[in-house]
Amino acid sequence: MEAEIILHVDGSRRALTIDTRTTLLDALRDRLGVYSPKKGCDHGQCGACTVLLNGRRVNSCLVFAVAQDGAEVVTAAGLAEGGNLHPVQQAFLDQDAFQCGYCTPGQVCSAVGMLAEADAAQPSYVTEGFRPEDSPAAADLDDEEIRERMSGNLCRCGAYVNIVAAVRQAAAGGSGA
Amino acid sequence: MTAPLEARAMGSSIERLDGVAKVTGTAPYAWEQPVERPAYLHPVQSTIALGRVTGIDTSAAEALDGVIAVLTRHNALRLEDTSDGELAILQDDAVGFRGQFIGGVIAETPETAREAAALVTVTYDQEAHDARLSADRDDLDAPDQVNAGFPTDTVQGDPDAALAGAAVVIDRTYTTPAEHNNPMEPHTTVAQWTDNGLVLYDSTQGVHQVRRALAPVFGLPIERIHVTSPHVGGGFGSKGLPHSHVILVAMAAQLSGGRPVKLALTRQQLFSVAGYRTPTIQRVRLGADREGRLTAIVHDVVEQTSKIKEFAEQTAVPTRMMYAAENRRTTHRLARLDVPVPSWMRAPGECPGMFGPEVAMDELAEACGVDPIEVRVRNEPHIDPESGRPFANRHLVACLREGARRFGWEQRDHRPRVRLDGDWLAGTGVASSTYPARSQPGSVARIRFADGLFNVSIGAADLGTGTWTVLTQVAADALGVGVGDVRLEIGDTALPKASIAGGSTGLASWGTAIAEAGETFLTKYGTEPEDGDELEAAAPKNPAADEYAMHSFGAQFAEVKVHRFTGEIRVSRMLGVFSAGRIVNPRTARSQFLGGMTMGLGMALHEHSVMDPRFGIIVNHDFAEYHIPANADVLDMDAIWLDEVDEHAGPLGARGIGEIGIVGAAAAIANAAYHATGVRVRDLPLTPDKFL
Ligand code: FES
Ligand code: FES
Repeated sequence: MEAEIILHVDGSRRALTIDTRTTLLDALRDRLGVYSPKKGCDHGQCGACTVLLNGRRVNSCLVFAVAQDGAEVVTAAGLAEGGNLHPVQQAFLDQDAFQCGYCTPGQVCSAVGMLAEADAAQPSYVTEGFRPEDSPAAADLDDEEIRERMSGNLCRCGAYVNIVAAVRQAAAGGSGA
Repeated sequence: MTAPLEARAMGSSIERLDGVAKVTGTAPYAWEQPVERPAYLHPVQSTIALGRVTGIDTSAAEALDGVIAVLTRHNALRLEDTSDGELAILQDDAVGFRGQFIGGVIAETPETAREAAALVTVTYDQEAHDARLSADRDDLDAPDQVNAGFPTDTVQGDPDAALAGAAVVIDRTYTTPAEHNNPMEPHTTVAQWTDNGLVLYDSTQGVHQVRRALAPVFGLPIERIHVTSPHVGGGFGSKGLPHSHVILVAMAAQLSGGRPVKLALTRQQLFSVAGYRTPTIQRVRLGADREGRLTAIVHDVVEQTSKIKEFAEQTAVPTRMMYAAENRRTTHRLARLDVPVPSWMRAPGECPGMFGPEVAMDELAEACGVDPIEVRVRNEPHIDPESGRPFANRHLVACLREGARRFGWEQRDHRPRVRLDGDWLAGTGVASSTYPARSQPGSVARIRFADGLFNVSIGAADLGTGTWTVLTQVAADALGVGVGDVRLEIGDTALPKASIAGGSTGLASWGTAIAEAGETFLTKYGTEPEDGDELEAAAPKNPAADEYAMHSFGAQFAEVKVHRFTGEIRVSRMLGVFSAGRIVNPRTARSQFLGGMTMGLGMALHEHSVMDPRFGIIVNHDFAEYHIPANADVLDMDAIWLDEVDEHAGPLGARGIGEIGIVGAAAAIANAAYHATGVRVRDLPLTPDKFL
């Protein structure tokens, strides 16, 4: 079965006819040629496919494209508007927070989404008290909070030490707000 | 002979040259290469471990709208050379392991290909398979040699007599499980047949190795296979040699009417067809005097291979050079099973092979009442015990001492299970690390001056290893110019041949070719070349390789906490100190060391590919069940190195660092867990149940 949908991807309006079984990830990659989000597992288990969907981080392999008619999708490519890197991307570069780079666009989108969550007072599993009022703002996240909140994004190259440093750098710059 | 390079760009922490492309996701990996009107392949895999395919009904699949063709052995390309049992798929009806490719569907979309593959019905004549590894089997078999061409067994002196007469004997069996490389980018190939032959966009550690391996299989001259692979999303050995999916997609591309065909393995498929680390059973016997000086070392390894293709891991090889002892024996025995084909995984040999012995050294230290660092220092050999050659820059002791100082080892109370931090038992441990410093001769670099730039090309690979960046630094120094004056090209068989990105040989092998080409270029054209000046040069063999035993060394330190009621284990601190010759780029090098240590943490705590021998299948075949370290698993971890240049390691003075970071990490963590809990776990991974 096919359906017609509109997606707003990295600022451009894209109309497409898709198989209703097509995930948002495959729609982006195979239908629209937007290869920035990666496929690491196709199962919601690795985070390589993370994009910002209507401003929130999601595993795009777990989302059916047909359900997202009219949605706003931002990928890591779209975060670097006009050739200027997003502060999170700059921090990843500064801290060498990647090796092969395959998990990286997902890590970057996840960090951007995560910092916004922190500023929206959303607690994590390691937040003492677990109430919104206990949740630290992005700039106040400690390493334990960053690690916990970034644990949905696996990195087989093992760049975690530098990913935490990069997110800390970006958070201190207030880029998540 | 190439002169040593003067380091100007080398040694500086320049940012990765592919960094902007990586953080924006715009670096094209294999799937993302521009091709016209691709078709999509979804494989059909065997659901039995041994037997014959008696029938494949493809009618329902063929009837599906959007299916282009169904590939089976009945319409598959006949291969010219079927001697490699892993690559010789779809040539007959035999099934050699569960998950082996027996067909595939080519369709207009990935969804259709997958649906149609599920509609293919296969009937089998099933035979009783054998997928159980055990050291008690009576059919264990000695291979002719082990991986990388090492002898299967070695013996020096009379180890049995020395053990019988030793004051202290450690005799223990250690096991390491099967593990899967699991690069984050799944194995991916896009194939197209053109008038010029076969074109592949492949995720590989060596474009030239792919075409050299495939040419005889397809009966093609190598020039008729073109492989492109500019960016690779990790490999860790599993993309070292082509696996059977490359054959499958090339076969599929013969049925697509000339269209390119795309195949990316699913995460599950990768567990049966893309290689893995063999499980090992290691009996280690140490004989020593009361001060912990070794008189005998015996390391007997049992591991598995697939019946359809032999792979014999060189697990006991590091034991041949690590410590001094007059009497020594190492052996490897294989169980030949109906299982997927094992292959290289980060530091084959050293990685599992340093687990048993390095835990045994900790047990020896305890038995003798000697500090674990001291027991290693006391057994430091002055020459390579196996070859009798001097070591080139063996700095194990310096790594241990420097690490001890930084880690705060001096204050350590050696008694186990005496430190409680809340409900957490705390402990620290150490282990040695080593990896051979090899380089491969024969890589060729081309330098061409054009557009005011030195264009340097070599068919090398960057798997996240920093090749784009560090080879540019090497080229800049080889030509005496700035990094910005060099334009590097890698990852294509159209470029001069390069050795594989494996065995931590890439930098030394390719860098030597670039150094040689740079020196020749300057001699021929001077420092003011003209547009179009061009030459190629090959890396000479390193003459020191025949005179010295060349190895990198390291010391791994770990602090762990084990929950006294649940057995949960956390690695609270880790430090690696490495001696690896010149570090060409400290920024990328630290990342690579930390990456190896992180994978070693995974080996210690999480990784275990669980074979169900009743079905011959790895049951935990995805990231939900096969755990690799997540961000929250890695706490305080750092890697440092000795400031040195290895004057025997060729013009760069550098040894490769892709593998040493993982070696010894699991042993250090296991030793720390013993120190914390008093429970000696000899079977990886260190899951909570083992401490209760
Ligand atoms: S590809 Fe979506 S979570 Fe792995
Ligand atoms: S950088 Fe390679 S998987 Fe994260």
